[in-house]
Amino acid sequence: MTKQLLLAATAALAFAFPAAAQTVAITNAKLVIGDGGQPVDGGTVVIRDGRVVAAGPGVAVPAGIRVIDAGGKWVSPGIFAGFTRMGIVEVDGVDQTNDTGPGNVGFHAAIDVTPAVNPKSTPIAINRAEGITRAVVAPDNSGSIFAGQGAIIDLGADMDAVSKPRAFQFMEWGESGARAAGGSRPAAYAALKNVLFEIRDYIRAPASFNDRSKDAFLTRADAEALVPVLQGRTPLLVHVERASDMLVLLQLKKEIPALKLVFVGATEGWTVAPQIAAAGVPVIATALNDLPESFEQLAASQSNIGRMAAAGVTVAIGTINQDESRQARWEKQYAGNLVALTKVPGATGLDWGAAFAAITSKPAEVLGMGGEFGSLKPGRRGDVVIWDGDPLEIGTSAVNVFIDGVEQPLENRWTRLRQRYLDPKEGVLPKAYQR
Amino acid sequence: MIRSLIIFGALAGLAACDSSTTRAQTASSEPAPAASGPGKGKGYSHDPFPSTYHAYPGAPTLLRDVTIFDGEGGRFEHAALLFRDGKIVSIFADMSAAPGAGVTVIDGKGKYVTPGVIDIHSHLGDYPSPGVQANSDGNEMTGPVTAEVWAEHSVWPQDPGFGRALANGGVTTLQILPGSANLMGGRSVVLKNVYARTMQAMKFPGAPYGLKMACGENPKRVYGSKGRMPSTRMGNIAVDRQTWARAAEYKRRWDRYEEKGGEAPSRDLAMDTLRGVLEGEILVQNHCYRADEMAIVMDMAKEFGYHVSAFHHAVEAYKIADLLKANNTCAAVWADWYGFKMEAYDAVPENLAILDKEGACAMIHSDDANGIQRLNQEVAKARAAGIKVGMNISEEHAWTWLAINPAKALGIADKTGSLKPGKMADVVLWNGNPFSVYTRPEMVWVDGALMYDAKDPKRRPVSDFELGQPGEGDVK
Repeated sequence: MTKQLLLAATAALAFAFPAAAQTVAITNAKLVIGDGGQPVDGGTVVIRDGRVVAAGPGVAVPAGIRVIDAGGKWVSPGIFAGFTRMGIVEVDGVDQTNDTGPGNVGFHAAIDVTPAVNPKSTPIAINRAEGITRAVVAPDNSGSIFAGQGAIIDLGADMDAVSKPRAFQFMEWGESGARAAGGSRPAAYAALKNVLFEIRDYIRAPASFNDRSKDAFLTRADAEALVPVLQGRTPLLVHVERASDMLVLLQLKKEIPALKLVFVGATEGWTVAPQIAAAGVPVIATALNDLPESFEQLAASQSNIGRMAAAGVTVAIGTINQDESRQARWEKQYAGNLVALTKVPGATGLDWGAAFAAITSKPAEVLGMGGEFGSLKPGRRGDVVIWDGDPLEIGTSAVNVFIDGVEQPLENRWTRLRQRYLDPKEGVLPKAYQR
Repeated sequence: MIRSLIIFGALAGLAACDSSTTRAQTASSEPAPAASGPGKGKGYSHDPFPSTYHAYPGAPTLLRDVTIFDGEGGRFEHAALLFRDGKIVSIFADMSAAPGAGVTVIDGKGKYVTPGVIDIHSHLGDYPSPGVQANSDGNEMTGPVTAEVWAEHSVWPQDPGFGRALANGGVTTLQILPGSANLMGGRSVVLKNVYARTMQAMKFPGAPYGLKMACGENPKRVYGSKGRMPSTRMGNIAVDRQTWARAAEYKRRWDRYEEKGGEAPSRDLAMDTLRGVLEGEILVQNHCYRADEMAIVMDMAKEFGYHVSAFHHAVEAYKIADLLKANNTCAAVWADWYGFKMEAYDAVPENLAILDKEGACAMIHSDDANGIQRLNQEVAKARAAGIKVGMNISEEHAWTWLAINPAKALGIADKTGSLKPGKMADVVLWNGNPFSVYTRPEMVWVDGALMYDAKDPKRRPVSDFELGQPGEGDVK
């Protein structure tokens, strides 16, 4: 009894505090770097101190380190989920567990998801087990076009989830921005212009910034949060779907060249892809939207990403408005579907390497962090997954998952529930005693 | 989008009076029974909006050198399928079968042929694209019992989603249901996935109606928030049982009148539907997530003498697979939706596979205008989850989850859902193995008529809504 308790306690501790980053080599891999290239057989990855030291077909294995023979299995960087609300919601429909929006408080741009991220949330554990290792986590807006500051998180089984807090500001534009601004696109545009004036005021004289009068549009905290956006130190992610709305934003970027604009969603992006490419604005697009779900998505097509990429736009896959608090795992399936399009006459998809990059290196590049995350190039974080097949194919599982060089536990509520109910009938004791 | 409407959409809506409270006259006020009534089931029309669907012309076609899943668990390699005059003629295990004169021959080397995909749970047409309020016609959220409404009266035949489901999903038959705000949300309608000017011209000929019922969070939240019953799960069941008790009385009056004549009892459209359920002519399609609630509903069905055809969104069905099997009730599930609401918290990807292993009737469903375009992939996911925990599930068996099984739960298994001779020639030619993410429909026939051809832009439907819009006629 005591021994069992001790074992259980040890297991719990192991779960809470995974081993420190190991020095490990994975050999004999069907290796995917994540930079857009195709897999190569016979590859090796070496991870040390939480980072990739080397990856490729001719990499030497240092003596005396742990070696995992992948036996020809696929090895790749972990999936970098391009746009999610993971870790800030446990059950969407249960308000107390849903920290996506600001509620009725007066803060908007100042909202920071960092204190809401719960590394123990179920979606993090489930997505980790499927090879998702990093994610863009964005707040949702309410009462303002500005939703607040999002973070980059890792999905490791430790309590230190936020890799980069306040990594970007998130803004709603188009129909949802119009609604938040009072009901129309011109209202949203006026609100945005006014905010820009106010931030300049704030930058000139922070101490005398007036955020207390009844006609003030911006709190001090909101203004402070927007300064690095205006100065181009923090990317501005903007949810925008309609082609004309994108062009309005591209014009704004001409007026404020420092803005690091990123489009999110971008359903009609393919119709203005040359302009987006020329402006150097990267996109986190929804992969398979092909329905005119709204009047700002009339040109929806699954070829959107392929056509934008062909026009020279840097495109990553994200999951805005697609169960984004829990189904980042679907990005692999979405990327696979983009490969499928290459066989459909008239459609434009991505080849396998580009599709895989759209869920690994491209999201990192879009956020300006391609040197840190998203591929197995030397120096990147040691986020590595060994798969039992093609990671974009249905049914492929993650066999080993490393985050920052730490091998991760793959158990979660799914694995526990299914283990209990593989035989649904109750035995000598009720199911509640079966673990 | 639809899901968020269903979960969170219950905002406005007045508490309209419940028309189902109209009572039949008491027996004592009726005149003495006449010698003969109009006859069983003839007291009123059961089909006032009859199907005007017709199959489009199609050439006799032989698909040759293909892998065939017949939809009932059969698999044929390097085989051929012949259909003619809208019907399946035969599967030929020997691909050298002579086509005969006038037969279009398609060489499908490396490709797969299956029966058309059936989605038992869709809201296309009643929650169409664009999802604007003006077109939002899926939930009559003005009373917890609206068995009198018929989803077909909300179906907008110009929903662009029908075309996507055909071209990207190979969907040839689908059931359109009212939403789940209400305990008894109204009648469903089964459609052939062929665009038409009217709903009637899409209606699947001879398919039974369904009654959409709902357990759990949605009805209690929608009506509890309006300060009316039900506001709890016990309230849900109480309102259900009271309504079934009234339906039994209604049925008695109409049965007696139809047999013996006299003055006709008052008509009550909600009760007509429930009487149809008690007669077995309308099938109960019951939204229900939690295992314990499904068990209660199956007892309630026994109490009032009806049968639940299928539980939909049955995320906890795996917990009571044995009970479902014993009750001959199917479960329609997603592959891997989870956690978006409390009653979905215990979803597992092995749900469908566990149900199937235990011998319960199980199937995939979409409930989603995007998901319906990839039901083959959803089945592939559900199968893979089972295989991962040691089950042996063949591809041809898993294909029953979107073919013969939903056909059975819809009461149309004698007409479609497999490639047996004489059935409707609802057929998909896939450009590869449909269990792969890299595969898409290449050609889709409905009743033997070619309605989609990936290589021919003229065989790609464009709804009225999309004419003259950006992207008209695009591959989508």
